[in-house]
Amino acid sequence: MKTRSINQLVDSTKLAIVVVVACLLVSLIILMVSDQPWVAISSFFFGPFSTIRRIGNILEGAIPLIFTALAVTLIFRAGQFSMISEGSFFIGILGATIVGISLDLPAGLHPIVALLVAGLLGAIAAAIPALLKLKWQVSEVVTSIMLNYIIQFFVIYMINYHFRDPEASSLASLKIATTASLPGIVPGTRIHLGLIIALIFSALTWFFVFRMKAGYEIRLVGDNADFARYVGIRAPLVMVMAQVVAGAIAGIGGGVEFLGMYSRFKWTVSPGYGWTGIAVALLARRNPIMVPFAAIFIAYLNVGSGIMARSSDVGSEIVYIIQGVIMLMIAADALLQGWRQRLVVKSATAMEGI
Amino acid sequence: MTALRMEHITKVYPNGVVANRDIVFDVAVGEIHALSGENGAGKTTLMKILFGEETATEGKIFIHGEEQYIHTSQDALKLGIGMVHQHFMLVPSLTVTENIILGIEMRKGLSIDYTQSKKLVQEYGEKYHMYLDPDAKVKDLSVGQKQKLEILKVLIRGAKILILDEPTAVLTPQETAELFTELKHLRNEGFTIIFISHKLSEVRELCDHITIIRKGESKGVYALADITDEEISQKMVGRDVELTIARSEGKRGKTLLKVENLSVLEEGGKPRVDNVSFNLHEGEILGIAGVEGNGQSELVDVITGLGNFQHGSVLFQNKPIKYNHVKEIREAGIGHIPEDRMSIGIASNLSITENLLADKTRWKEFFGKNGLLIKQKIRSFSAKMVEDYAILCRDPEVPISSLSGGNIQKVVLARELSSKPQLIVANQPTRGVDVGATEFIRKQLLSMRDAGGAVLLVSSDLRELFGLSDRLLVMYEGKFAACITDLTSIDEQGLGRYMLGLDTQDTEMVMRNAQ
Repeated sequence: MKTRSINQLVDSTKLAIVVVVACLLVSLIILMVSDQPWVAISSFFFGPFSTIRRIGNILEGAIPLIFTALAVTLIFRAGQFSMISEGSFFIGILGATIVGISLDLPAGLHPIVALLVAGLLGAIAAAIPALLKLKWQVSEVVTSIMLNYIIQFFVIYMINYHFRDPEASSLASLKIATTASLPGIVPGTRIHLGLIIALIFSALTWFFVFRMKAGYEIRLVGDNADFARYVGIRAPLVMVMAQVVAGAIAGIGGGVEFLGMYSRFKWTVSPGYGWTGIAVALLARRNPIMVPFAAIFIAYLNVGSGIMARSSDVGSEIVYIIQGVIMLMIAADALLQGWRQRLVVKSATAMEGI
Repeated sequence: MTALRMEHITKVYPNGVVANRDIVFDVAVGEIHALSGENGAGKTTLMKILFGEETATEGKIFIHGEEQYIHTSQDALKLGIGMVHQHFMLVPSLTVTENIILGIEMRKGLSIDYTQSKKLVQEYGEKYHMYLDPDAKVKDLSVGQKQKLEILKVLIRGAKILILDEPTAVLTPQETAELFTELKHLRNEGFTIIFISHKLSEVRELCDHITIIRKGESKGVYALADITDEEISQKMVGRDVELTIARSEGKRGKTLLKVENLSVLEEGGKPRVDNVSFNLHEGEILGIAGVEGNGQSELVDVITGLGNFQHGSVLFQNKPIKYNHVKEIREAGIGHIPEDRMSIGIASNLSITENLLADKTRWKEFFGKNGLLIKQKIRSFSAKMVEDYAILCRDPEVPISSLSGGNIQKVVLARELSSKPQLIVANQPTRGVDVGATEFIRKQLLSMRDAGGAVLLVSSDLRELFGLSDRLLVMYEGKFAACITDLTSIDEQGLGRYMLGLDTQDTEMVMRNAQ
């Protein structure tokens, strides 16, 4: 067996173990806290598959996660730790809302313009922490987290004071033009065109990272920025570029989510897809092609926990425990290392004939 | 009586590299035993197993006849085994005493008993002829003194068996001689010393027996009296090595690089490079000798664009290079083999191919007009490099970190030379590289010169400097202490005196000869 296939075998086994352990753990917790544990467990694990509509919910829920996880993947690949995908996503929603409300465009063009504006705003948001680091070496971790709050309140301010529907009793924007919405694609569910867009973006991001010069430079800089400088690559610019592209993807994700699922802006806080996107990106091992699968898995857990909360006495927050456990175990490098080592020894000794 | 015996040691690393295969290693009490072999042969791995930093996949270790299981360096120290690593493990901002007692502090109530500690350091220093000022900060010590400190550290921890991993790599000839006197003294006191080195002259001067390792396997133990240099190098490399390199007279062409009154200042204003001038011509190898830390690295950084300078000018092909980005400097035709290849010379998690391409992102044949990777061209280029430079790997798509040091350096060399530079700055190109690869690298540098290119060679290997250079500059405290135009007029000892600042040539003469 080649070293590479050994690594693949061990990695996929590890992933399977992580998922099983997380599920066992959640069952254990439910058994301890619930009066009707079997109802809770079965609604958690099997509920999401019980109707077409619920299966649809999984895929709908995966769409925003795919976008934010792709953004996180790009940022992490460049060796940066900006948390801006949350903010870029939310400001992308604002961009799509404004275009949806204020512009009068034909059906095919309207969503495209809305998504472009969403992407542009997302890119601008992501550029801020990136440029602050480029110019003054401010840690992008700190500035991006702080900026997320600024964006959250800026967006809500904009809706509240400029696009609010005076007829609505709670905070909500005016309705967007129907020409701007993304159409549904599977009857009986709310799955919309955004799913296709998300899959296309996954493929494009993969191509960008592994088949294009810019992606190659991102990986070089991410692995060793000093080396990049030594070979004459302008590492700081590459870092900024990666974050700007990532911001655009997250912003478009916000636009897609909004145009596909909503007819008016109704959020009062930032929805948190950026944060969950980190878990998805890690689960996908920073590989854009794996992101949709990881996103669907996390979305499945989210849907399951929602069903469980409605049909039993266990709260939906349990899903965060699972996500935490998964991230911990994925990050645990030593897991299965012994097995990997034995396989490597066997293959190496067999190859050299002793 | 045997001090230690390692039986049938096999070690497989997580990346599948078999570093040791069924090695038997025996050392008698009170001897200095040489462990020699090419880099990547597995010497350091074997010693790390003995010192508990790595665990053997198979095999047994006996210390003074008893089988022992060594899992950590603490275990090894308890058994009286100490190791001095190739790269110093010291805290520069702490004093000599503080470095020595780190982890074994003597207490007085709640505080550390410094008086007692200092006394201990002095006592050991006198006993083993390794006197150091207990209050000196480690950052102010010379390399030779740091080495002494490392040895003292190990002795105070009660080691009876000392492992020294290439201790002379960073020392001047004088410091080496001093170290040897100390080691012989320790041997006479009954210590057992394992001396890792691939410098035959040193091994011969110091050691009683030699164990030779090649490609992870032991090639036997020999009494040094019974084996010739040629036999040793044959067993190390498996074929005859040219110990001296054949080279033709160089044909010196027009001036390629012109450095005038260059000064590089530290933040505090202290000059690291102090008003130096020299010219480098086509078809010439200009050697730079000097004890490390005398301004060579700063000079290299300026020429390769990695560092800035405050005074003077640097002209490459009559164009000034100040404020130019590395990218422009590389485009102009300057290549760079960096001193510290592991930290700036490679991206360790990327493949060999990706490392070979790193400086060629402007090449349209690999990165098409629209920025797409042209996989087919890239693959055949990388296959050709692996073949031409004899890079030992399973396939060019494996991460570069799975290669041995010598093979990594070949990748660096392949990358730099394949970009066809007119000037290559080679900083310690063969440090820690095995005999076979060393010979290969030196030949490549020579053939570049013969083809009309220029080489600026910074090295601490005097033999390399003598063997390759057309002219030789000696740096001492940021200045050129000497410029040697006829290399037959001087020997290693004489060069050592310039390196240590004991002798200096007339400034006028240096200026003239450096042009």
